[in-house]
Amino acid sequence: MEAQSLPAALELVAGGGAGLSPEQRAALSASLLLLQRDYRFERVWFWGCIQGVRGAYYIAEGLGPDCAAPRSRLYSLNCVDWSLLTPASKETLAVAEHVKGRFQGDPSFEYSLLERNAEAAARLIESGQEPVMKEEARLIATIEQIDTAVGIVPRGAFVKTPLGAVHENRHFEGLSLADAKKLSSYFHFTDPVNLKNKTLLEKADLDPSTDFLDSLEHDIPRGSSWSIQLEKRGTVVVLRSLLWLGLTFYHVPMTKQFGYVYFGTGEKNLDLPFML
Amino acid sequence: ERGHGPYQPHEPGYGLDKPGYSPYEDEIADPHARMLAVKNAKAYLLKTSTKSGLNLYDHFANILTKILDEQPTNAVDIIENISKDVKWAQFRKKMDTLRDEPLIPPTFEAAEKCKALFFKEGGEEEHEEVEEEMGQPTLPNVMETAFYFEQAGIGLSKDESYYIFLALKNLIRVQPIQTCRFWGKILGLEKNYIIAEVQLREGEEEEETGEEGEETTAEGEKKTGEAEEEEEEQKDKAEPPQSTYKPPPVIPKEANGTGTNKYVYFVCNEPGKPWVKLPPVTPAQIVCARKIKKFFTGWLDAPVVSFPPFPGKEANYLRAQIARISAATQVSPTGFYQFPEEEEEEDEGADTYEENPEFEPPPVAEMVESLATWAHHVKGILKQGRCVWINPQKLEENDEEEDDEEEEEEDEEEQPMEERGPPLLTLISEDEGMKDIPAWTAQASTNLIPEYSVAILQSNRWPGAYAFASGRKFENIYFGWGHKYSPESYTPELPPPAQAEFPSRPEITETVDPTVEEEMAFKIAQEEALAEDEEEEDEEDEDD
Repeated sequence: MEAQSLPAALELVAGGGAGLSPEQRAALSASLLLLQRDYRFERVWFWGCIQGVRGAYYIAEGLGPDCAAPRSRLYSLNCVDWSLLTPASKETLAVAEHVKGRFQGDPSFEYSLLERNAEAAARLIESGQEPVMKEEARLIATIEQIDTAVGIVPRGAFVKTPLGAVHENRHFEGLSLADAKKLSSYFHFTDPVNLKNKTLLEKADLDPSTDFLDSLEHDIPRGSSWSIQLEKRGTVVVLRSLLWLGLTFYHVPMTKQFGYVYFGTGEKNLDLPFML
Repeated sequence: ERGHGPYQPHEPGYGLDKPGYSPYEDEIADPHARMLAVKNAKAYLLKTSTKSGLNLYDHFANILTKILDEQPTNAVDIIENISKDVKWAQFRKKMDTLRDEPLIPPTFEAAEKCKALFFKEGGEEEHEEVEEEMGQPTLPNVMETAFYFEQAGIGLSKDESYYIFLALKNLIRVQPIQTCRFWGKILGLEKNYIIAEVQLREGEEEEETGEEGEETTAEGEKKTGEAEEEEEEQKDKAEPPQSTYKPPPVIPKEANGTGTNKYVYFVCNEPGKPWVKLPPVTPAQIVCARKIKKFFTGWLDAPVVSFPPFPGKEANYLRAQIARISAATQVSPTGFYQFPEEEEEEDEGADTYEENPEFEPPPVAEMVESLATWAHHVKGILKQGRCVWINPQKLEENDEEEDDEEEEEEDEEEQPMEERGPPLLTLISEDEGMKDIPAWTAQASTNLIPEYSVAILQSNRWPGAYAFASGRKFENIYFGWGHKYSPESYTPELPPPAQAEFPSRPEITETVDPTVEEEMAFKIAQEEALAEDEEEEDEEDEDD
């Protein structure tokens, strides 16, 4: 969610019971502005909070002028001091698949891979590194996975220019109430995977400036990996992801307000097919 | 399309650069040709498009009108968008005499319901009489609890908390309630549940059990009537062999007011909607709920499709999960509650506790550091699904009063192990963690202002269960999806193995019927055997 609209947005997402304390809100409103100044971001998003067993990580993302470029991510343990995270590499993502369970809350904690997966440990030993995974690396991988899998935006909120850069659409007036309840009006905000698989007939109806991302309709399991609800007496539409429990997306129809935030333990819900 | 270059014959403006046709010459060489070129250009602009019925001339006129009316900044940069908007505006004209009905979004109805919450109730006379007799039921201070939890970042928005406050007030007014508490909120796929934990006044519950008792006696009479008819029929017909299978006895649910059914729960989907009472929970439902993991849809009468099949609907599943969460995560500071001194301590643990008037709250720092400062005040649920263990064999004995001989045999065979759970008021430091994760995480709400910080407990076994303590005040709450955390993935129970076939014994093996020749041969052999016996007897007689 946008740093400027943090208090209002937190009110809208509070239906799930998770939020920030007044102390954290106050700290964030100051420190996020400073982040924008220091790192020269165009926009700063408060991404959310991952609860560890002994502490929590607060995550912020900074965007440059091109919204499709890889975003810079920062984490903090107390909402005041922020540290930049390196972008996720493929090896980190692969190794993080094997580490399961809660986060500990200590960024220098090391997960031993020897117990969890001997292959990955062997590969690491061959390349000359120790067979451990640091919690910081796991954090990077988890944030990347969550953003790729369930970071969503409403249709029409971003436009793609012919040169390929993605900008915010200043003409975006918000989705209508009828559109807001459909899964097809929301897109994953990452590189599209399914677009090229669409039939020519479907592609003819798409508008290349706004429909350049994957919609939510094709998420597996079909149609049921999101819970769409109208909250606050039908004024806010809230989407909650069932694959990553804790990710909440809100949008006020017919206005420009939207955003998503993650409050959870940072674990994928692999039991989803059994639970539906 | 062209940049430009020399005008081609098909382009408007062709010929205007020739001498005599340029607009800048005073003398117009051949006005007729020039007029023709202008007319051609205008005719081209007025050509209606086959696709949309618009023409360029009118379109440009509209754009220029719009720009001159609105005077936007940097018009040249957004000219394409303006053009698009003008085209769009074509379709918006409503010249029909039929007007669309204004869409009434569901938001307005919901807002009406919420407004109704704010009305003060009429009919205050009756209310006063009841108050004098019973003493006023305690409405919990939901806003105060919400304030303390907010210090930890937990809780709903202030608006929603206030609506819940008012909804609880309505609940107390409508139902005969003695104590009431906001238990928490469980999220569902289509709708959420807001749950209130309530203790009804003592007279009210008996009516229910009375009704249930009447129903069972009516059924019992029906059954004996049918049994008599069946016996008469049996004398007439030969019945197929009766199955000797007796299903294991159903473990009875605990009485209202004790154990898992100590509190009654009311749920509603949104504050403003009517409260629905959840039925009491049975041990079978708890045992099954432990084996399945399902999302709640938000509809209380939705079926729960699972294996093992859940005995009940979503309302029962919800009630079972609430019972499990309460038993596992309702905690209070150690020493706040104590056992009353008069009662003897039974082996199974006393079920009642009372507030300790001499309780001295430890400082917040101590409450955060050591988990021994917190204790459970709800009894844990045994494997059987109840809080107090019951011997299933004794149940069988009560049912079968006729077959005394069988009873004695069964007693000798097995005695089910008596289950004992931890006694009431155990410290939470005794809770087991999972692998390397402790069962509880304790934090202070703020490190910057320790004098006013609040001790917060989060459960790791049931993510979403929180408790806070500040001085003498404490409270528990739940916000979540209603599922237990497990480090391993959920594996559903496998279906039972296929049953073995009845062992083959000679009595039931099929053989082919003997043919006529075999029967005759057998008959002849028998007669010969008889004849031999007779001859032997005759010989013996003769000998004598």
